This record gives sequence, C-alpha cells and structure tokens, in this order.
Amino acid sequence: MSYLELLRLAAPETGIVLTALVVLTVDLTSMRGLGLRMRFLVGGLLTLAGCAAAVAWMLVLPVQAPALAGMFVVNPLTQIVKVCLLGLVMAAVLVSLEAGFTRHPAEFLALLLFSSVGMMVLVSAADLLLIFVALELVSLPLYVLAGFDKESRRAAEAALKYFLFGATAAAFLLFGMSLVYGVTGATGLTAIGGVLGGQGVEPLLMVAVGMLTVGFGFKLAVVPFHLWVPDTYQGAPPASAAFIASGSKLACFFIFAKIMLLAFGAERLTGSADARALGGGWVSLLALLAALSMVLGNLAALVQSSVKRLLGCSAVAHAGYLLLGVLAHDESALAAVVYYATTYGLATIGAFGVVDLVEKQAGNDRRQGWVGFSRRAPLAALAMMIFLFSLAGIPPLAGFFGKFYLFAAALKTGGGSGELLWLVVLAVLMSVVSFYYYLKVLKWIYLAPPVDDSAPVASGQPSRMAQCVLLVIALAVIALGCFPNLLVGPLHAAR
Amino acid sequence: MNRCPVLTLLTLLPLVMGILVAGLRGQARLARQLALGSSLLSLGLMLGLWTAFDAASGELQFVERHEWIAALGVNYFLGVDGLGLLLALLTAVVTPMAMLASWRGGSRLSDAAASPGAGRSTNSPLYFALILFLQSGLFGTFTALNFFHWFLFWELSLIPAFFLIRLWGGPGRVAAANQFFLYTMAGSVALLLAFLALYLATGRFDFPALAELGHRGALAAALSERLGGFGLAAHQLVLVILGGVLFGFAVKVPLMPFHTWLPATYAEAPCGVTMLLTGLMSKMGLYGLIRIFLPLFSVPLGAPPVQNVLLVLAVITIVFSAAAAFAQRDLKRIFAYSSINHLGYCLLAIFAIGRSTTAPEFAVEKAAALNGVFLQMFNHGLTAATLFWCVALIEQRAGGLRGLNDFGGLRKVAPIFCGLMGIALFSSLGLPGLNSFVGEFLIFKGVFPLSPWAAACAVIGLLVTAIFILTIFQRVFHGPVNEKWTKFPDLTPGEIGLLLIPIALMFVLGLYPRLVLDVVNATAVQMVGQFGF
Amino acid sequence: MLAWTVYISFLGVLVLMLLPRGNAPAARWVALITAVAGLLVGGAGYAQFQPGKIQTVTRCSWVPALGLEYHLAADGVSLTLVLLTGLAALGGVLLSWNVEARTKEFFAFYFTLIGGVYGVFLSFDLFLLFVFYEIAIIPKYFLIALWGSTRREYGAMKLVLYSFFGSALVLIGLIALYVVAGARTMNVLELAQHPFPHGFQMWAFPLVFVGFAILAGLWPLHTWAPTGHVAAPTGASMLLAGVVMKLGAYGCLRVAMTLFPEGLEAWKTWVAALAVIGIVYGAMVALVQKDFKFVIGYSSVSHMGFVLLGLVTLNTIGLSGAVLQMFSHGIIAGLLFAVVGRMVYDRTHTRDLPALERLHLSRRMPFAAGTFVIAGMASMGLPGFSGFVAELQVIIGAWQAFPMLAVITGGGILIGVAYTWRALQKAFFGDAAEPAVAPGAEPAAAGDSASGQGLQVVSMPERLGAVLLIGASLLVGLYPQVLLRVIVPSFASPLFDWLRQGGSL
Repeated sequence: MSYLELLRLAAPETGIVLTALVVLTVDLTSMRGLGLRMRFLVGGLLTLAGCAAAVAWMLVLPVQAPALAGMFVVNPLTQIVKVCLLGLVMAAVLVSLEAGFTRHPAEFLALLLFSSVGMMVLVSAADLLLIFVALELVSLPLYVLAGFDKESRRAAEAALKYFLFGATAAAFLLFGMSLVYGVTGATGLTAIGGVLGGQGVEPLLMVAVGMLTVGFGFKLAVVPFHLWVPDTYQGAPPASAAFIASGSKLACFFIFAKIMLLAFGAERLTGSADARALGGGWVSLLALLAALSMVLGNLAALVQSSVKRLLGCSAVAHAGYLLLGVLAHDESALAAVVYYATTYGLATIGAFGVVDLVEKQAGNDRRQGWVGFSRRAPLAALAMMIFLFSLAGIPPLAGFFGKFYLFAAALKTGGGSGELLWLVVLAVLMSVVSFYYYLKVLKWIYLAPPVDDSAPVASGQPSRMAQCVLLVIALAVIALGCFPNLLVGPLHAAR
Repeated sequence: MNRCPVLTLLTLLPLVMGILVAGLRGQARLARQLALGSSLLSLGLMLGLWTAFDAASGELQFVERHEWIAALGVNYFLGVDGLGLLLALLTAVVTPMAMLASWRGGSRLSDAAASPGAGRSTNSPLYFALILFLQSGLFGTFTALNFFHWFLFWELSLIPAFFLIRLWGGPGRVAAANQFFLYTMAGSVALLLAFLALYLATGRFDFPALAELGHRGALAAALSERLGGFGLAAHQLVLVILGGVLFGFAVKVPLMPFHTWLPATYAEAPCGVTMLLTGLMSKMGLYGLIRIFLPLFSVPLGAPPVQNVLLVLAVITIVFSAAAAFAQRDLKRIFAYSSINHLGYCLLAIFAIGRSTTAPEFAVEKAAALNGVFLQMFNHGLTAATLFWCVALIEQRAGGLRGLNDFGGLRKVAPIFCGLMGIALFSSLGLPGLNSFVGEFLIFKGVFPLSPWAAACAVIGLLVTAIFILTIFQRVFHGPVNEKWTKFPDLTPGEIGLLLIPIALMFVLGLYPRLVLDVVNATAVQMVGQFGF
Repeated sequence: MLAWTVYISFLGVLVLMLLPRGNAPAARWVALITAVAGLLVGGAGYAQFQPGKIQTVTRCSWVPALGLEYHLAADGVSLTLVLLTGLAALGGVLLSWNVEARTKEFFAFYFTLIGGVYGVFLSFDLFLLFVFYEIAIIPKYFLIALWGSTRREYGAMKLVLYSFFGSALVLIGLIALYVVAGARTMNVLELAQHPFPHGFQMWAFPLVFVGFAILAGLWPLHTWAPTGHVAAPTGASMLLAGVVMKLGAYGCLRVAMTLFPEGLEAWKTWVAALAVIGIVYGAMVALVQKDFKFVIGYSSVSHMGFVLLGLVTLNTIGLSGAVLQMFSHGIIAGLLFAVVGRMVYDRTHTRDLPALERLHLSRRMPFAAGTFVIAGMASMGLPGFSGFVAELQVIIGAWQAFPMLAVITGGGILIGVAYTWRALQKAFFGDAAEPAVAPGAEPAAAGDSASGQGLQVVSMPERLGAVLLIGASLLVGLYPQVLLRVIVPSFASPLFDWLRQGGSL
C-alpha cells in the first residue's frame, strides 16, 4: 500500500489538519490588527469551511478500504461517524464564535481541530495501538481547551482535574491493552477476536477487560469514574465543555463499542463455554456500570443549582444510556449508539451555547441568571427548550428517537429474550426523573419571578447572530427528530 | 297510522311554549297569560283526542313509531290506550288549575320577605315555564312506549319539579327539594339498572314487546341465560330485577317504606306545585306499575310469597298513612298523607290483580279492580289538586298559616269557601255521589274476592280517613270563630268560578262515572287478558 | 383530508408565533380560525367517512430501516374523537377570549396541544402515535404554569410528571412489543395480527394499559387530574378534561387492548374493579369539596371511570358506550369547566362554595346558572343528553360482564347526582344560608353589592361556546345514531380480531 493510497483514505483527516494550520497562519500573519471578534469570526469561518469541505469530500467520494494492514479502516460506517463528528465540531465552533474568554481565537480553533482529527482517526482505528495513539491525540488538546480561559481559576481547576483523571485513564488503558496483547499476541481487533474465539479464557484476560473498561470509563464519564465531569463542565469555558461533552463522547463510545464488538463480542466467542462466560462477564459488569450511571447521574442532577453542573450530571446519565447500546453489542446497536451520541452531542452543544449567553449576561448560570430569559431572548429560550426536551427524550425531537432506537436495539439482544429488559425499564424510568430537572431549568426561564428584588436581574439582549446560531442547531435537532432517516438510513445502509 | 303526529305535538307544545315563556324576562303578565294559554291549548287538544279515541278498542291508538338508535333497539314509539289517554287528560286538566292557583304570586311566608335570597314570587315567568316543562315531561311519560324516551321524560319531569320546590318553596325547601330529588333519583337509578338488565336479556326496549315476553313467561329464562353472574337461580334473579323496578316506581307513588320524602316535599312546595306533585307526578309511578311492572312480572308476581309481601306493604301504606294524617297538625301535611292513603288503594288493587289464578270469574274481578284503579287515579288527581288549591287559598288569606288549630269557625266568615272545600273534602272521604266513591268501590269490589284479608285490613284505612277529614271540618270550619280571622275574606267571584269547575267535575264523575269508565274499560279488560296468569 | 386537522393546528401555531408581540386580538382571531378550520375538516372527514372502514389518510415510509411509517388513518373511534377535539378546541378558544397576558403564546401552546391530540387519534403507527402523545403532554405544563391559578406550578409539575411517568411505561411497552414482534413494523394493523407470547402479554398489558390509563384518570393514579384541572386556566381545563384524558383511554383501547388480548383477559377484572372504585371514589370526593373547580375535577375522574369500565366489558355495546362516553364527557366537562372557570371564577375571583353561596349568582348571572343547570343535568346522566346514552351503554355492557360492578356503578351515578346538585345549589342558588346568618347579614350584603355590581355580563364568545357545547351534547343525546353509526361498525374491523376471538365482542 502506498502512502498516496493512505492519503486518499485519510483525506478528510488531512484536510482538517491543513485547516488548522491555515487558521493559525492566517491569524498570525494577517489579522493581528483586527478586533478579537473579527478574528474569531474569520477563524471560525475558515474552520467551518474546512470541516464542510471534509464532509463534502466524504459524502461525494465514498471509499472503502483497510489501510496499514488493517490498522486503519475506512468504510461507510466510519465515514458517517466522521461526518457526524464534523457536524458536532461545526456546531461547537458556531456556538463559540462569540466567546469572549480568550484572546487567542486561532489557537482555540486549531486545538479544536487537532482534537477532531484525533477523533476521526480514532473512529477509523482498528488496532489497539492506533486506538491509544488516537485517544491521546484527542485528549491532549482537550486538556488545553478545558483550561483555555486563563483568567479563570475554575477553568484551571477544571483542566487540572480533567488532565489528572485523563492521564490515569490512559495508564489503565495502556495496561489493559498490554495485557490483552500478552494474552492474545495480537493488537488488531479482529485478530484478537479470532484468537480469543479459539482458546479458553484466562483470568488475566478478565483483568485486561476490566482495565480497558476502567480506562474507557473515565473517558466516557461512567460512574464510578465520573468524578471529574461536573467540575470540568462547570469550570471549563462553555465552548470547550460543549466540545468535550459531544465530540469526544461520540468518538469514544464508537470505538469502545467497536472494541467490545469486534474483540470481545459474544458472537465471536462462540468457540468455548469459557469465552461465553467472558462475554457474560463483561456484559454484566457494563450493565452494572450503566445502571449506576443512569441512577446516580440523574439523581445527582436533581439537586444541582448550576446549569452547567446539571448538564455535567446529565452527561453521566446519558453515558449510562449509551452503555446500553454497547451492551447490546451488535451492529444495529452500534448504529443506535452513533445516532444517540450525535443527537445528544448536538443538543448538549446547543445547551452549552445558551448557558454561555446567559453567563455572559448575568454572570452566573444559576436560577438568578435565567430569570426573565424568555423575555430577553425569546429565540434563545425557545432553542434551550428544544435542546432540553431533546435531552429529556421528548418527541418529535432527536433525543426521543435516539432513545427509542437505542432501547429497541438493546432489547433485541438475544433475539428478544430480554436480558437487558430491566436496564431498559430503568433507563426509561430514569428519563422521567431527568425530565423533572430539565423542566426545572425551563421553569426558571419561563416562569420564575426574581428571587428577591435586591439581586440584579440581567438585562439586555444577546446578539442576533448568537440567537440565530442556536436556532440553527435547534432546527437540526428538530430535523433529526422528525426525519430520523437522514441519519438512520445511511447508518443502516452502512452496516 | 300515518296520521298527524298528534302525541308528539302534545308533548312538544308545552316544551316550546315553556322556552318562550322563560324568555319573557320582565314581562311577567304576558308570560303568565301565554303559559295559561298554552295549557288551555293542551287541554283542548286533549279533549279532541278524547273524542277521537276509539273507546271500544283496548288497543294502542295514535301510534307513532320510528327507528331511533338502531344499535340499541331504541324506537321512537308513542301511543295511548285508555290508561295513557286518561292520565294525559288529567295532566291537561290539573296543569291549568295549578297555574291559576299560583296566579297571584301565591303565598309568601311571613319570614320569607326578610330573607333576601328568598324573594321569589311565584308569578315569575320562570315559574310558569318550569310548570310547562313539567307538563311536557308528564305528557311524554304517559304516551311513551319505549323505555328510552319514556325514561327521558320521566327524568325530565323531575328537574322542573326540583327547581319549583327549591326556588319557590317554604322555609325548609332546600332539604325538602334535595330529599325529593335524591329519593326519586335513587329510584330512577334502580329502575335504569333493572331495565338495562332486561334489555340485555331481551334486546328490547319497547314496552309492548317486553310485556309480550313477560306474558309468555320467558323472562326468567332469558335473564338467567344472559346474566348468570350472581350465581343466583333464575327466579331469584328475576326477583332482584323485579325489586329494582318496583323500587323505582314505589318511590314515586309512594309505597310505604319509601314515602319519607313526600310529606316534607308536599308541605314545602308552593301549593300550585303540590297540586302537580300529588295530582300528576304520583300518577307516574302508578302508570309505570300498570304499564310496565304488572305485565312484565306477571309470572313472578303470581307467586304467593311475593304477592303477600307486596299486599302487606300496600295495606300498611293505607292504614299507616291514614293514621299519620290523623296525627298531623298542618293542613298540607294532612293532605299529603291522605294522598298516600288514596294511592295506597290503587297499589292494593294493582298487587291484588297480580294474583295467579286461572279461574275465569276472577278475570271480571280483576277488570273491575283495574277500572277502579283508573278511576281512582283520575279522581284522586282531581280531588287532591282541588284540596291543595283550597289550602293555597287559605294560605293567601291567612298570611301563610295553615295549621289545623290556627283556625276555627271559618264557616261563618267564609261560607262559600267552606262549602266548596267541604265538597272536596267529602269527595276525598269517598262519599257516595261524589267521584272518589266509585273508584274506591270498584277497587274493593275487585280486591275482596282476590285477596279478602288484605281488603279487610284496608278498610281500617277508610275509617281513619273519615275520622281525620271530619276533624278538619270540626277544627277549621266549625267551632267558635277565631278572633284573628273575623275579617277572613271569602272567595272572590272569579275564584268561585274557577273553583266551581273541579267541584262540578267531582259531581259529574260521581254521578256518571261511565264518562271515564267507557273509555278505559276496554283497556282494562284487554290488559287483564294480557297479564297471562 | 383528516390529516389536515393536524397540519392546520400546527400551521396555526406557526402563524401565532410569527405574529407581533402584544397583538392580542389578532392572536384570538387566528386561534378562532384555526379551531373552526380544524372542526370543519373533522366534519368533512365525517361526511366522507364510510362506516366500518379503516380509512387510510396518509401513509408513507418514515424510517424504513426500522419499519416506522407515517401512517394516519381513521376508523369510527378515531373519527368520533377527532370531532370531539374539534368541538372542545373551538369551545376552549371561545372561552379563552379574555386571555390578555401573552395571548399569542397561550394560543400557540394551546394549538400545539390540539395538534398533538389530533395526531394521536389519527395515528395508526404506534411510534407516530407516541410521538404525538408526547407532543400533547408538554404544552400542558406551560399552559397551566403560565396562565393558571391556584398552586399552578405545583399542579402543572404534578400533572406533567404523572403524564410523563405514564408515557414512560407506555414507551417501555411499545419498545418491548416492537422488538418481540420482530422489530419490523409499528403499524397497529399488522401488529394486531401478531400473536404475542402469553407470558409477554401478561406483563406488557398492565404496563401499557396502566401507562395510558394514568392519563385517563385511573384510580389510584388519578391524583394529577383534580389538581391539574383546578390549576389550569379555563381553556386548558377544558382541553385537559375534554380531550387529554381521552388520549389515555384511546391509547388503552387502541394499543393495550387490541394487541394484548390474553393479558386483557387476565387483568380485566382488576381494571374493571379499579374503574368502578374510580367512579365511586371520585364521586364521593367530589361530594365534599369546598372548591367549586375541585368538584368538577373529581367528577372527571368519576366519569372517566365509566370509560375504562366500558372498555373492559369487551362487548360491542360496552365498548361503543365507552367511546361515546369519551365524547360526551369531553363536551360536558368542557362545559362545566367553562362555567366554573370562565363565567364564575373570572368574575367573582373565588371558587369557594361557601363564598359563592352568598353571591346569589343565579340572579346575577342567569345565563351561567342556566348553563350550569344544563351541564349538570348532562353530567349526572339525565336522559336527553349525551352522557345518558353513553352511560346506558356502558352499564348494559357491564351488566353482561360484571353484574356486581354494574350495581355498584349505579350507586356511583347516584352520588354523581348528589355532588352535582350540591355544587349547583351552593354555587348558584345559595339563598338558604341567609336567614341563619341574619345578624351578620349587613357586612355580607355590603360585600355583596361591592363585589356584585362589578360582575360583567356573560360575553358573546362565552355564550357561543356554551351553546355550541350544549348543542353537541343534546344532539348526541337525542340522536346518538349520529355517532354510533360510525362507532359501532368500527368494532368489526380486523383490528379487533383478537377481542372477537375472545368470544364476547
């Protein structure tokens, strides 16, 4: 295989890297004298253009081939996931256009793009080594992004926490991978699956799978590895938090599901009873984690007064729902995971965008900041309603179809025998709980009178552009909900 | 019978006029006249029907029948035989009387004026509108032959009656109206449930069809086949249903343990309304018993235990109500209990007719008893209404007082009034030559052979009735003139003229009962034939 | 054709949102036009309808990968409820004519709700049905919380959480049945032919049925209904009681009962018992309420008990009675709430029965009193009104299926008479209390005249709305054939194959 061929397969990634470089260069060379807002705008537009070009490339020129001896796989599925990813990136860029937290817009955007490249590679990776490298490529820019607001102590704290947890996770992950390699002698996912299918299960393998789960657990913000999430979401600049919550989640869930499916999937392990036991073992482990995430995430969110923390807790809960898709470990479940993660990411980005608006006006994201928001910014309030309802899973928004798709896929495991029924029931009931706290925020927006007259109530309207951006994202959420086939169709075809 | 739907017209006329009258806000006089005109028009229409009615036939006449709710087997089915015609005529006669009795705004109790909430005068348009609605309901009830709209009118008549009592009644009107309403509603619900069970068993709502089924004795089998749910035997199930239907009717008449609503209601209602209640609404129950209860349950009723229980109840009704009337000190309450007493004779006869026997000579007795019931219903309606009218006149003059002991020697100050009311009282007593005598005579004539012991016991009632009526004579008309009432005005010529009409009717019917009997006899004979014992 | 009921409603929402802020009259007229158009379309659908058919309105693929379809269709049951929705919506608009605060938002939420309701009644794809079902839930919260009265936020939150909990149960059931049936289709017509395993039906039926029945006010999960109804503004109460509760009952019939006949067979006695408890309990609680609106709120619980009872009688007459009762209760409850919320409360600013007793409303507002008398008569099931025919059929059905319960239900009807009559007298004809409080009469009288002079006359839109609803109730009461004609044959459709095989239908 020639490098040219590889370049052709990895053209979108390459394009994004180039975009990042261009953004940096342009900003450094020709825009020093312009205002911050303008610089952000130009940089953002360049970023958007680059992403759009990559998306267009993938949509127009579908390719399908493994590269680097199967380490790097490009197939319709990965392409779709990448398109989704880039969509999320674009949304994140859009909501950050008005961000005032930094004087280095180009660096911010470039880091965003580098991280995105990592995610794209991660999606295509089919080898433990490449997966690890890509994960690090995703994570390092994210650590920086989390602390990008240099004047905020909270952002620094958020970044530090995120970094420490992330580094620990990486260590676990690496340890687990090396154990897997030690047991199977392979790093390719399909190869591992093949080897495991033929031989009995060693206790060491159990440890290895446990390590992998812990490692990914940190990345995916699953209970009990979720402790960094609320702090990071609260402390990081909203734009960064939005990106952390959306893109990295989609990529990590995709690759985690893929590992579990290809390397340790029950279908591959039909060779021996032990192997099935292994499959059962990690299934029940993950099921426990999923249940814990859903329950703790939702219950913790109930008592939050800061909307960012609330979104953080709800992210934990949504990770729990998503684990259901991983648990189902078949291809249609993978599609459901992608759909869910994408729509969840979109809604989360939008919600963080609104939080950003509120914070800029009112100085905080607690109840006081939201009072009267529906009158100050009716469009943004409407958008927030749509995002939150999508997160809560109210039709006809995307979140609802995502839940339906995911839960149906989870139930289908085992041909409808319903092993995961209890989890689905728990998930649906927990979504009722989640509805309560999302509604609480909407109550602040639409109903709440000021707590007391002395506290200042924010005034002034957010810019029209910011509102329009949010509205566009909201429309995307509605469109994906009303016409799920936009995404489900290709996913289904790509399976 | 594709003639003019005259019975529908009869029913709709008061309804439409009632709506018109209710709309005449602030034009009380015009409204009253319109209402009276409407009721007289109904009377004219009824008299026309009376003459057009083929008395020789016991069949249903003026029948209208259209499919209504196909899914439920509900038909719009109207028709009258002698019974229906008689009661419709009674309705047409008593309604204008009631209106006239309320013409002057009726009586207000002295304390009513102090109460801002009670300042309603009975001459308001709404009052007359409600009477017209009530009349419509009564016409509907007496002409309907399908349970569905029969029940509609049965209930429809309840609402205006309730409001008439509730809004224009005496000081205890709230409790009285509610008691009246809930009692009759309870009866209606029982009736409804029972009829739904019957419908389920038979798929019919038409009375003639149901009667036919009862006649063949197929009811019990049909019921137990479709409704075996209680784990009861067929005849027990029939008894349950029978109980439901009986309860519904018995409340309205009333039969003794279910009568408690009546005295308070009659006493609290304004006199015009009491006339309607006693003269007409109580007949609804009797009508139901004859039209529906007897034919439908002729087989289970024939069983001696059932019949004996019912006869005992009827006798209790007769005797106790007479005794209770004797114990009362309020004229209205006295007449209320006497009303129960008089209707008790009807109940006695109806239950006695249910006796199962195949001997042909009993058919004649049964027909006689049934004729007696018809006659008694009409007579009681007339007499009781007249008596309550008289009480209304007393109340008007005495500022709302109507106690037995409040008066004395009225005969001297108001001879004309006392004479006329005396005639009505004698009619109520059952004096030969006046109307009630014939009916009661026929009833006893029929009941004695059918059930000697019951008839014998019931005679006690007659005796006590005589005692309390004479007591009224003694306390109110005779004796020393009460100082308060030396200025008690006698009747005005107009009042005399109006009151003379029912009084005259009493004489006519007393002396020439064939006027009614000729019309109803064929019906009575045919009914007895249909009961299928 | 019928699909336009949905589209028109959402179109109305769009137009309302685009209106300039503060232009209340324009919003009202847009709302009125939308409601009338919806009703007319429903009426046209009725005119075109062939009884006994399942008339497909729109059918196209939606998410082919999962077998989901955008499938709108109507049988007699749907059609009846669509007509009801049209009537209730129009009545609600007319009686919300006085909404001054944020008028356009009010009507926007209002018609979102209406659109969702229309959608539920017309959906023959369960996924689509659920989508519309949830669309109908959300606006309720805002309607109540923003424009409501007494404890509105509490009432709204309780109502929405109950609804959402119910729909969560339904969602679990829907996903499960979708997967069990092979994850190929959500079309109710096809699913109705699928033999679900017995064990599955045994747990799925109660799940789905209860999920829907929460919205139908099934005892003991009814408690959202009174508080929600009381807190809601008049128009919203009318819709809540009028059509939203019907969503639940409709769901029970369309989903739980048609798909899980064996589960139904096993659980029906329980459901019937709960329904009857609801009838009696709701009536008894209504009998002791001091708040006028709570009386009506609990009466809804009681009346919806009839619907549920009729549904589980499983015979044609009981089922069609249940559907008719849905229609009837929708109209009558709307009317009652209109009188209580709009005519009385908006003028006197009290719903306390003892307080109303002193106001002599029957003379101050004869129209309101007359309307309430008629509505009360209809509500207590007097013949001539729609409620009678419906309850009649339900009880006939119940006699056949559960004779004992039918008798208890009779007691419930009687209590129904009692509470309606009690409320009527206290609220409008409250003159009896006067002599008793004669010493203190003067301040009361002074208060009377002060608060009494200001009572506005009943306005034209209110009159129109009341007359519309009374007319509908009378029409159906006197000539029920107008609806039974389409309802009864619809139980012969293949949808109800399973129930028929159960024997009784």
